[in-house]
Amino acid sequence: MSGSHSRLAAITGLALAALTVLGCGGGSSGGGAVSLNWYVFKEPGGAFDQAVVDCNKQAAGRYQIKYQALPTDANQQRELLVRRLAAKDSSVDLAGMDVIWTAEFAGAGWIKPWTGANRAVAVKDKLEGPLKTVEYKGQIWALPFTSNTQLLWYRKDLVPNPGEDATWDQIINTANQKGKAIEEQGKQYEGLTVWVNALVAGGGTPLVSQAGKVTASDAAIRKAAEIMKRLATTKAAPPGLNTNTENEARLGFEAGRSVYQLNYTFIWPSAAAIKGFQDKIGWVRYPRTVADKPSRPPLGGINIGVGAYTKHPQQAFAAARCLASDKHQAIASELGGLPPTTEAVYDDPKVKKAFPFADELRKSIEAAGPRPVTAAYADISLAIQKTFHPPDSLNPDDVVGKLKDRLDKAAEGKIF
Amino acid sequence: MEAATAPTRPAEAPPTRRRVSERAREERKLGWMLCAPAVAVMLLVTGFPIVYAIVLSLQKDDLRFPDEKEFVGLSNYIDVLTSSTWWEDVFHTLIITVFSVGLELVLGMAIALVMHRAIFGRGPVRAAILIPYGIVTVVAAFAWRYAFDPASGFVQGLPLISDTAAPLSQQSGSFIVIILTEVWKTTPFMALLLLAGLALVPDELHEAAKVDGASTWQRFVRITLPLMRPAILVALLFRTLDAFRIFDTVFIQTAGANGTETVSILGYNVLINRVNIGLGSAVSVLIFIFVLGIAFAFVKGLGTSTAQQRGEV
Repeated sequence: MSGSHSRLAAITGLALAALTVLGCGGGSSGGGAVSLNWYVFKEPGGAFDQAVVDCNKQAAGRYQIKYQALPTDANQQRELLVRRLAAKDSSVDLAGMDVIWTAEFAGAGWIKPWTGANRAVAVKDKLEGPLKTVEYKGQIWALPFTSNTQLLWYRKDLVPNPGEDATWDQIINTANQKGKAIEEQGKQYEGLTVWVNALVAGGGTPLVSQAGKVTASDAAIRKAAEIMKRLATTKAAPPGLNTNTENEARLGFEAGRSVYQLNYTFIWPSAAAIKGFQDKIGWVRYPRTVADKPSRPPLGGINIGVGAYTKHPQQAFAAARCLASDKHQAIASELGGLPPTTEAVYDDPKVKKAFPFADELRKSIEAAGPRPVTAAYADISLAIQKTFHPPDSLNPDDVVGKLKDRLDKAAEGKIF
Repeated sequence: MEAATAPTRPAEAPPTRRRVSERAREERKLGWMLCAPAVAVMLLVTGFPIVYAIVLSLQKDDLRFPDEKEFVGLSNYIDVLTSSTWWEDVFHTLIITVFSVGLELVLGMAIALVMHRAIFGRGPVRAAILIPYGIVTVVAAFAWRYAFDPASGFVQGLPLISDTAAPLSQQSGSFIVIILTEVWKTTPFMALLLLAGLALVPDELHEAAKVDGASTWQRFVRITLPLMRPAILVALLFRTLDAFRIFDTVFIQTAGANGTETVSILGYNVLINRVNIGLGSAVSVLIFIFVLGIAFAFVKGLGTSTAQQRGEV
């Protein structure tokens, strides 16, 4: 009896001790350099680690950055950051944000605006697409660090070069003739929003305004739904399209079941693992929605923001500037396959070597159609995903009505 | 001696009674004091969050728009209860609950009978049956998802199943995989609870019925089942409550796509994804009320069944 009591007490004591230790984990170390936490996803290539080591050396004791790795899944990254920031956690000194959250974080007052000399550095020589993602209500809220875009990858050995002005209808036709698939992301998640957004923007007008209202024409939304349905219900549909993400698309392409793939640049280093496969892959710009209008490729990437509740804003801005410097952008391209946001970095030999398609990439990022820059982005994206999933049972006749209804409810903060 | 002791007893009785009541009072006090930390902890960890969620559910409170926070009364509840999404999700949740709990009951009963009657290797049999229940739900959900994945799964390689079948791409297939996962995972739990009930059925009754010429099936339906009714109800209660709040399996396998969104997934989307704390708390409180209703109905059924058994009704 007393034995089990004391054991219980010991366990409780241990648990309390563990809680205390965990609770204090976020605090800065006493004495010496100011400790800054950089919350950003775990980059497996080691590019972020290298940037941190490099900047800590440069800081010469002014600050010490700690790399707090977040999960690779973007939704989970956001959840963890939002929970901390909404609770006014002062341990978030630097936040690596997906381009789509920057407006949300800015609107909620979770990050500090960039002003004066900091602002000048943040916008200097940046490509227009990434720059637009850090602008909200006339201010600059973060420093564009890495960018990304989707290209149309094709099998050079199986289909001809579709050309820079290829349309979705054309590539779906060719795929059907060959009896092979087009790899896309059709799961109900952010990747589906990316697809819908690019398709609608390719019709000429962005899907949604900053206020969350539909700005695209009914015809453009309908056309997007028609293309998605056609891809999903013909032989061009890869198995499991309704649940495929970027990774399933890559695997399908590598397995040889498809002739086209819409995906980010990470598929290129991955293709090197299969002998001779890179030689079979060609690339052109994202396909057009309508033949007479240029495509608006998707835009991804990471912006670095300074947490609103940090105790060391001055050092945090300096650290962000170091982390996202041109040198570290080049390293991120080389080691992580993450394209730069500064135009000049595309001419760096290291970047050219990492991306043989660097020129196409730069042009595509410049022409990209960013996803809605709005504080209620999470609601809007969820509404789009729920409306356009599953692609194979889309009804182009009612998709416009459903989307508008959901976006109205999202804007009013209602259930949809 | 007897005569001497006999009269002293009544004389001693009043002080004894007083002493006992004093002692009882002391004991009761001590009892409360011993309970107090547990009661305080319970109030802190369960009472407070529930009350706080109710308070939040009466407010317009979106973490992204801190300036717009205001008291809105029941409007969040009205919004949820008048939306078709909520009722569709309740329907999806009920489909999963009814089918998974129903299958688990039948399979669990069969397994319980096997475990009860197993003559040799009882320990290994019970341990083997319990393995799925020991596996983390998220892991089990991933395992089943990958098994049915058209690119990596083995299910497509089985006879009678199309090589390119992608069950998690459509509604009926998704429900089937989710329900199968749930059944696989929690049937052992059901079987354990039912086994405890089986142990309460006296063998003599079976033997008497056997003498009277009752078949195995008759003995099962007429003796085992009625006597096990409380155990069955308890097992059903636990599993129904669990199944109605299903989250992990659906989240991993479809994340609510293909019309499989359950009420808990809706709550997650509003609360965690949209960070709309007010509306999300209303969803959570409604789930809580539904769960209370289910528990209440079962406990009522349980009460009458135990009363019947005691012959009180």
